Amino acid sequence: MSSSNSEIQSVVEDDALIIAGVRYKARLLVGTGKYRDLDETRRATEASGAEIVTVAIRRSNIGQRADEPNLLDVLPPDRYTILPNTAMCYTADDAVRTCRLARELLDGHDLVKLEVLADEKTLYPDLVQTYQAAETLVAEGFKVMVYTNDDPIAARRLEEIGCVAVMPLAAPIGSGLGIRNPYNILTIIENAKVPILVDAGVGTASDAAIAMELGCDGVLMNTAIAGARDPVLMASAMKKAVEAGREAFRAGRIPRKRFASASSPVDGLFFA
Amino acid sequence: MEIYINGEVRQVTPGISVAQLLAGLDCAGRRVAVEVNRDIVPRSGYESRVVNPGDHVEIVHAIGGG
Repeated sequence: MSSSNSEIQSVVEDDALIIAGVRYKARLLVGTGKYRDLDETRRATEASGAEIVTVAIRRSNIGQRADEPNLLDVLPPDRYTILPNTAMCYTADDAVRTCRLARELLDGHDLVKLEVLADEKTLYPDLVQTYQAAETLVAEGFKVMVYTNDDPIAARRLEEIGCVAVMPLAAPIGSGLGIRNPYNILTIIENAKVPILVDAGVGTASDAAIAMELGCDGVLMNTAIAGARDPVLMASAMKKAVEAGREAFRAGRIPRKRFASASSPVDGLFFA
Repeated sequence: MEIYINGEVRQVTPGISVAQLLAGLDCAGRRVAVEVNRDIVPRSGYESRVVNPGDHVEIVHAIGGG
């Protein structure tokens, strides 16, 4: 099936990402950490086109800077879907507690990014704690998008627990190494009935495109944008990479072949 | 009386409510969430929830993160 120019627009617009029954146009999700200031956060987030943005929950600075600008002033919850994370939680208890506070903070909004970490060096997930936290959160009515490693068995288990999206890492958080195990990511995608998003490890635009070409439903990143020399420009590059990768996946790539096949016809040659 | 707010010891008036506590900390009307002794205090309960000596109060907000 081929698409004309006028058709392409509608084909692209119909291609919504659906998480917990809500439709999103953007398949790039972004974190809001590591920026120079809130203005840079705002400009990079806008350039990324993201609709879902992650935030961390931390102690307020008590009695200081009463008029200090707040992250949610520059990324208002009526414009963005705020996805609170459980970053730096090393136990299921801490992660569940963080999610409960986040839900109160966001007036009952119950979409959360669960991550329970095991180790500071790798920031790999502690799967046993992740399973426990996911079970509790699902039972309490949270809609859980869960960070996990690139293990198809873990991904399947987390889907069975009731997570609304499973988010395997491409490579360690903040490493920028790109997709280290594309075959596992592919297996995870093939097994899944919930959206699969690559979360963590993307370094540059081509990494995001590869994730989408594999068939991922989306990509979540923070450091690759915030840590770039020009974060706003990288946010724009990532937006295009995710869109291009998605279109290429839907278009269906040609098979890889070892030898050449001519693009011009052999018939009708006027020389021998 | 002595309570803990975000891990720090603070002296507050006995019988103080969460609402009064937040007002005194310039947090009233700001987007925060509150826990007392690990239980969430919903916004609707700020007036009625009284803080007792030795209580652990956590006041959190959203910041940048991945």
